[in-house]
Amino acid sequence: MHLDHDLDETFPERHTYSAAPKGPDGTRRALRIGLGGPVGSGKTATVAALCRVLRDELSIAVVTNDIYTREDAEFLLREAVLPAERITAVETGACPHTAIRDDISANLEAVEDLEDALGPLDLVLVESGGDNLTATFSKGLVDAQIFVIDVAGGDDIPRKGGPGVTTADLLVVNKTDLAPYVGSDLEGMARDAKAQRGELPVAFTSLKNEGGVKPVADWVRERLTGWTAGPT
Amino acid sequence: MNRAALFVLADGRFPAGGHAHSGGAEPAVAAGRIKDAASLEDFCRGRLHTAGLVAAGLAAASAAGHDPLELDEAADARTPVPALRTTARKLGRQMMRAARATWPSGELDALAAARPRGAHQPVVLGLAARSAGLAPLDAAYAAAYETVSGPATATVRLLSLDPFDATAVLARLAPDLDKTAAAAAAAAQRIPEDGTDALPAASAPLLDITAQQHAAWPVRLFAS
Ligand SMILES: Nc1nc2c(ncn2[C@@H]2O[C@H](COP(=O)(O)OP(=O)(O)OP(=O)(O)O)[C@@H](O)[C@H]2O)c(=O)[nH]1
Ligand SMILES: [Mg+2]
Repeated sequence: MHLDHDLDETFPERHTYSAAPKGPDGTRRALRIGLGGPVGSGKTATVAALCRVLRDELSIAVVTNDIYTREDAEFLLREAVLPAERITAVETGACPHTAIRDDISANLEAVEDLEDALGPLDLVLVESGGDNLTATFSKGLVDAQIFVIDVAGGDDIPRKGGPGVTTADLLVVNKTDLAPYVGSDLEGMARDAKAQRGELPVAFTSLKNEGGVKPVADWVRERLTGWTAGPT
Repeated sequence: MNRAALFVLADGRFPAGGHAHSGGAEPAVAAGRIKDAASLEDFCRGRLHTAGLVAAGLAAASAAGHDPLELDEAADARTPVPALRTTARKLGRQMMRAARATWPSGELDALAAARPRGAHQPVVLGLAARSAGLAPLDAAYAAAYETVSGPATATVRLLSLDPFDATAVLARLAPDLDKTAAAAAAAAQRIPEDGTDALPAASAPLLDITAQQHAAWPVRLFAS
């Protein structure tokens, strides 16, 4: 242990290199927020809506992790939610959870390259490719994570739990507009989520509605305030 | 020296980006050249004795302490297609990040500073081995093994090939791996007399051509 501590002092960059909250010049790096969740739950739609709401007040960049296409990045470009130079796609070799949790090197590089190219940023959103209920982000990659599920994927998902549902810093239950058509019980979902998550927050959204992303945007603003005021 | 460090370095889970690459297996599967365990074995053997031998030579030389920047140039000279140069530097950068976190050293820091966008992966791998206290032959083994383990794992995903069959392919390649690593380490020992020209320069033109084509595919599972 002692030896390892010595190494820390001689080689300060050994710990994931760019994960420290402050850079060598003392400035605070951007807050990094990961968005994960099952295929098609609305991760890209959430990223797009967040960018539209926050881009005038914050300097934002986005990293997407597609499974085998560049669809997410291309959707964001087509929708012009941010200028092209603010969006980067990472290739994950058929395994999105590996790229966001087990081997985060490509994602860290993408984040650093955006920071290098664009100058100081306030917020970097990292979208995972759609995956299963166990896919969570490494703490070496993001400072906080949002898990996005939807009402149409089955209203028993909050009850089933799993690392995404139980531990994410924010659980988003999206597509509430579809609840009547698929017979999803929103109150039951809220109850189950509460049982799984305790005090951790849950937001119900319908991104098809004007301003539907507001609860998520408010949560991001809150995290950002905490981040900027942060201790070290 | 801890020999066991070699297991850490050569582990497929070592977080240096390899999981997103198929080592040419994806285009070979699409073209029908890899379709079962036997053809996977042929593919891997060919790759091992060409790209694998070259990578192992570079890794051994780097682990022996030869100038990594000169080796980086030697790697460029042995990598004719731009797509594979880009891939090698990208993976080199990721390997550098992982190596600096696991076996920090002044030599790694110096190479990272000289090549912030990444040096060729085998050169970084060799220097990582050196920082871990491993021998040039160990580095050659790690580099050689990686050139076959990557395509084997990728083929399991691409073809839903029986994973036991894929692993048996790797086991059958063990004698070839021994030969390749030994030849690579021996070549690296000749650098003091013959310079980097002593390092193997075998090539597999079809791997080069299909890698360049693959880089332009709009939809693909693997980055290379
Ligand atoms: N009705 C309804 N549809 C939505 C809502 N949010 C997203 N969608 C639609 O759901 C589909 C999938 O949304 P995406 O944002 O692409 O989902 P994703 O989670 O990014 O999907 P992957 O990246 O493929 O895993 C799209 O057709 C969206 O328009 C919503 O609140 N209500
Ligand atoms: Mg998406």
